[in-house]
Amino acid sequence: MYSEPRFLPAGERALVVEFGDEIAPEINARLRALTAALEAAPVPGVVEVVPTYRSLLVHFDPLTVAPEALEERLAHLAGNLGELKLPEPEVTVVPVCYGGEFGPDLPFVCEHTGLSAEEVIRIHTGTDYLIYMLGFTPGFSYLGGMDERIATPRLKTPRTKIPAGSVGIAGKQTGIYPIDSPGGWQLIGRTPLKLYDPFREPPVLLAAGNYVRFTAVTNEEYDAIAAQVAAGTYRVQVEPKGEGRGA
Amino acid sequence: MAAVFEVLAPGLLTTVQDRGRHGYQAFGMPVAGAVDEYALRAANLLVGNAEGAAALEITLLGPALKVLSPAVIALTGADLGAMLNGAPLPLWQAAAVKAGDEISFTGVRSGCRAYLAVAGGIDVPVVMGSRSTYLRGKIGGLEGRALKAGDRLAAGEPAAAARALVGRRVPPELIPTYEGSLTLRVVLGPQDDHFTAAGRETFLTGEYTVTNEADRMGYRLEGPKIEHAGSADIISDGIPLGAVQVPGHGLPIVMLADRQTTGGYPKIATVISADLYRIGQAKPGDKVRFAAVSRKEAVQLLRGQEEKLWRLAELLSRPAGRVRHFRITVQGKKFEATVEEL
Repeated sequence: MYSEPRFLPAGERALVVEFGDEIAPEINARLRALTAALEAAPVPGVVEVVPTYRSLLVHFDPLTVAPEALEERLAHLAGNLGELKLPEPEVTVVPVCYGGEFGPDLPFVCEHTGLSAEEVIRIHTGTDYLIYMLGFTPGFSYLGGMDERIATPRLKTPRTKIPAGSVGIAGKQTGIYPIDSPGGWQLIGRTPLKLYDPFREPPVLLAAGNYVRFTAVTNEEYDAIAAQVAAGTYRVQVEPKGEGRGA
Repeated sequence: MAAVFEVLAPGLLTTVQDRGRHGYQAFGMPVAGAVDEYALRAANLLVGNAEGAAALEITLLGPALKVLSPAVIALTGADLGAMLNGAPLPLWQAAAVKAGDEISFTGVRSGCRAYLAVAGGIDVPVVMGSRSTYLRGKIGGLEGRALKAGDRLAAGEPAAAARALVGRRVPPELIPTYEGSLTLRVVLGPQDDHFTAAGRETFLTGEYTVTNEADRMGYRLEGPKIEHAGSADIISDGIPLGAVQVPGHGLPIVMLADRQTTGGYPKIATVISADLYRIGQAKPGDKVRFAAVSRKEAVQLLRGQEEKLWRLAELLSRPAGRVRHFRITVQGKKFEATVEEL
């Protein structure tokens, strides 16, 4: 982590506030704190803020606030984040039906890691994953903290269409596809939850700074939850992070 | 809402766009919106709309549209050979159309994207604060897709009576030209330090060509390779409009309206806002050079561009001086003349 954030120009209408040059929870917490500070007390001219792993992209109107003045303002805010308490993180429980048609690559993950399907599922469901950021496609969350014992390289040939809700592993990462898209992740299961729905407010289920916990469900449970999601009656299980499973 | 157009033929790529879907990038939602905002905003001003009203963005090969009910339209941006009932339809001015009229396009003459605004704005549902079509996410516009034959488009309520709008035009000095050889001004960064000095030099002196992989998401350019200082990967961060990212192959990609919100390639520079329309109007084969300016200059140039639109808005908001149209015939040739009271 840098002792003071770096300001990098991104044209005259955006700037990058960079807090470090690695992926680490404490760096991510700093930029989330700055995001929260900007939400609590909006700075005139700032139009949108995009938090990522280790930096914020701040979009602003330079005809309302000069870039240099904005940098000063942000530096001041960033220097006083100690007083700001981040909201208590929450854990969103994501039910997943592992293996079978939903997780066609689970056998390959087992073969690659030398673990049984039960062990892979136990390890995958045994961690609360920090949501570092959202990006790439609407609702895609970059999760941190996967157990390296189940790390598996990407497919050699990406699939042209992966159904929304698919849960996969790519190297040391794990994630959920929010929309049908091509991709090269090893698919181990699928969730019936809708991670992204443009007509819902907010359109995206997960938020940076919170956690995801996968929980294994049977085919029957998957179908039952899917029916409730379709009917709009499913209540997503959200818990306070507390001191539970580490990330 | 009354349907105003029926799509007879959709053209190459015609979509509904406004000024984009802002405020949702933190969820991974791309902004979308008109690639050439200046042309969109001018078209809307001509027909009395808010600058950010939804209009049609027409790419290279225009559609054929049948007019279903009387309306006032304005066409700006690229010259794609617009015709009204087979006669040339002048650009950068408001015109009345009536039921049964047909708008068509003969082919591209200059630029890449035209904007067709209609008084009242194209009326499609608002999704996350915008009517813009985001094709990959299948949202906004008409069912999240480009127009197709048989579609019907409705317009909202016009802000002014047709007679107050028809004939309004953008003065020549406020009409941009689109060239096949352009120099884009950039602010270096945020990751210019991920390239060698030679790499930055190559970027600022080389001539690049727009490839066929040039769309609303980004323009891939071909030309001299830009040398990275180390790895061609960064920890994924936000991608601003106009970012010039350079993946491992060393060739620049200018990121436009439909760009993904985050990415892991280093960005050597960002095209300044005032020049974004120029790359957005470039076509495959066009030549592109880059020139660095300071952020201060970029702000000045943005202000200059905004002032043009303020001036246009002000010109158009003046109570219309008496305007009279004459048709005169001189030595057998027919002329249309407009006399305007100043």
